[in-house]
Amino acid sequence: MRSETRAIRTSELVDEARGLFAAQFRLALVAGQDDERGLRVVYTFLAPREQPVELHVALNPATRRSVSLAALSFPASRFERELFDLYGIEPEGHPQRRPLIRHAHWPEGYHPMAAGAGPAPTLHPDEGGFPFIAVEGPGVYEIPVGPVHAGLIEPGHFRFSVVGETILKMKARLWFTHKGIERLVEGKTVEDVMAIAERVSGDSAVAHGLAYARAIEDALELVVAPGVEARRAVALELERLYNHVGDLGALANDVGFGLANARALTLRERLLRLNERVSGHRLLRGVVTPGDARLLDLPTPRELDEIGARVDEITSMTLAQSIVLDRFTGTGVLSLDAARDLGVVGVVGRASGVDLDARGDHPVDGVTLAPMVLRSSGDVLARYMVRRDEVTSSLAILRSFTSSGGGHLAVMSGSGVGLGIVEGWRGPVIHRVELVDGRVARLKIVDPSFLNWPAVAIALVDTIVPDFPLVNKSFNLSYAGNDL
Amino acid sequence: MNLASLLVGAVQLALVVLGGPLLLGLMRVVRSRLEGRVGPPVSQPWRDIAKLARKQRTRPSESSWIFAVAPLVLVATAATVAVLAPLVTLAPPLASSTDFIAVIFVLLVGSVALALAALDTATAFGGMGASRALTIGALVEPALLVAVLALSMPLHSTNLIAIVANGSRHASTLLGPSHLLALCSFIVVILAESGRLPVDNPSTHLELTMIYEALILEYSGPDLAAVTLGESMRLAIWLGLFVNLVAPVGIAATAHPLALVVGLVALTLKVVVVGIVVAIFEVTTAKLRLFRLPELLAGGFILAVLGVVTGAVMR
Repeated sequence: MRSETRAIRTSELVDEARGLFAAQFRLALVAGQDDERGLRVVYTFLAPREQPVELHVALNPATRRSVSLAALSFPASRFERELFDLYGIEPEGHPQRRPLIRHAHWPEGYHPMAAGAGPAPTLHPDEGGFPFIAVEGPGVYEIPVGPVHAGLIEPGHFRFSVVGETILKMKARLWFTHKGIERLVEGKTVEDVMAIAERVSGDSAVAHGLAYARAIEDALELVVAPGVEARRAVALELERLYNHVGDLGALANDVGFGLANARALTLRERLLRLNERVSGHRLLRGVVTPGDARLLDLPTPRELDEIGARVDEITSMTLAQSIVLDRFTGTGVLSLDAARDLGVVGVVGRASGVDLDARGDHPVDGVTLAPMVLRSSGDVLARYMVRRDEVTSSLAILRSFTSSGGGHLAVMSGSGVGLGIVEGWRGPVIHRVELVDGRVARLKIVDPSFLNWPAVAIALVDTIVPDFPLVNKSFNLSYAGNDL
Repeated sequence: MNLASLLVGAVQLALVVLGGPLLLGLMRVVRSRLEGRVGPPVSQPWRDIAKLARKQRTRPSESSWIFAVAPLVLVATAATVAVLAPLVTLAPPLASSTDFIAVIFVLLVGSVALALAALDTATAFGGMGASRALTIGALVEPALLVAVLALSMPLHSTNLIAIVANGSRHASTLLGPSHLLALCSFIVVILAESGRLPVDNPSTHLELTMIYEALILEYSGPDLAAVTLGESMRLAIWLGLFVNLVAPVGIAATAHPLALVVGLVALTLKVVVVGIVVAIFEVTTAKLRLFRLPELLAGGFILAVLGVVTGAVMR
């Protein structure tokens, strides 16, 4: 889909943004760019079934000042902190422009995406530390957890201020996984970047790969052949299936119901093997290419029925257990108001009643749409139920496809700007690419985790400490996709 | 205390020390199989202990002698009870003075030592675990004491040997409502004291949900080996006491070698059965919300009180 582009001055930014927010647009992506064509920022706004709108703001590279949209949008305030850390762009009027991505290991004044930032510097010891707001009062104490955790999970530090067992405040310090992906891809060919895009977040290979491929097609104004989007949808739904099934088991496991988890893990392994048969790769890498999608095989209707039956078995076994239901219900509530204020998207948003699903909001031709799964209670149970029901709708989508095949990688050349939007299993994955002569000049990636992480802390207020792992698992956000 | 009773005590101790980790291993295997997994071999806890015993010991720099001594206290208290309690035989050392309440408190010394050691580490997890463990302990102990009271009413004695011997001699007392209610309360106590589901999940990796595991996070090497051994001995003792209060079948009335062998086999079989039952129960249940635990434990307390009341009424 082509975006509507408006080049505006800094002084017009707030009014333009206000108008778009009033028209029910959300700020989906903010990308900085600093090269021979100057310092500029692109704000991408999305609304269901509307053409995307891009605001292009050119900045003075000497002063590096912009205007903050923090008063209008919470996600904007985070994008602006990211912009400062990566480019040194100062958002005037930002209420709390603390470091976001930047750790104190980075040298003072180092902005890796700024023009002439040079190669990665040597990192210093973390001398500045990371001051947490101390909650004071009788009986208040702090529990620091991580960044290294038991179990195979990604790094994140959590600081709980607790009285008794009740969480008063939780601050997360993430951003331990900065890999410099957006710098890495600059100047590479479309094909080389395809492989990198699939590896942004290991569990979302299709979502990120497809968002990138669509962005490329958008930039080069390619129209894909009939059937290509259908094959892509198969891969996308298979990815949703294996991740949701894993989560359904993991949520049961976190309340000590290991039986359901053992069943879910068995099923997940079957799904991974199905992925391998269908795509040649257990995590579905290599299916999507710009302009095409390749499938070796399709899941048979009988297989899909059996997977559906197994999922029913696991979820009904879990929900029939009264202790599990008690642990899920009313735990870690994220209200609809809070979710909207924070700009929460994806599974977490739909569990709170945020009716956004990029599959329906930004449809592609040739793909059957499933009705959006929506819940309103915003607790762990709602997030569990959204996953359960999305498994059912994914299976329905998969049943509607009957052809495999495809698979030539056209050599891409040309220039242009494109946007790719994909509803991955976590939520909308968005890639915005600028191509110059067949090479990637700039790739900005927004994983839903970037928008959803702040909601974890909000949902935790007045939750008890032993329920944190459960709440965190019910969000199941990516650390790698969050921190590029 | 004569030589024979000392020998009997040694036999009981050997059984508990050797059998405790195997019991733990058995329960894990049962859980694994029921969940459709192969699971580790029954001997895995022993292999872990052997491996840990060879490894380097690290202790938090701020910790004091309490941290160093606590694993030994845990093992020593469990060993003391293993020698003195009526597990294999009714004729262990010091039989006439083996008070039920004393046995409970000796075991309690071990729990408190671990909780103090956890506080001694000065880590947030240690303090959190100690707070949770002692909160549960404070709710469990009253239930346990009242259950003991119900069990001791027919004899007007809290001598543990006498209570078990009475059940062994007069099987009808085992079916008395007072006795049964007290044992129901005892089940809740055992699940809580040994950190099993639905109270605590012994197989979790989630630090923040832990109760008893949080106490021992800082232990390593031989210290952790001792803690693992001590915990598994306590599990074996709790289950051993329970089966002998429920059905003292086969327990050796004297220190005669043949009777001892019968007692040994009987106890092992009974504990294995109960261990399997507990493991099956664990598979079918989940972990209660921490703030729901007082309800479960209060239920245990009420059962014990009812045991006392029915015992008093029916006399």
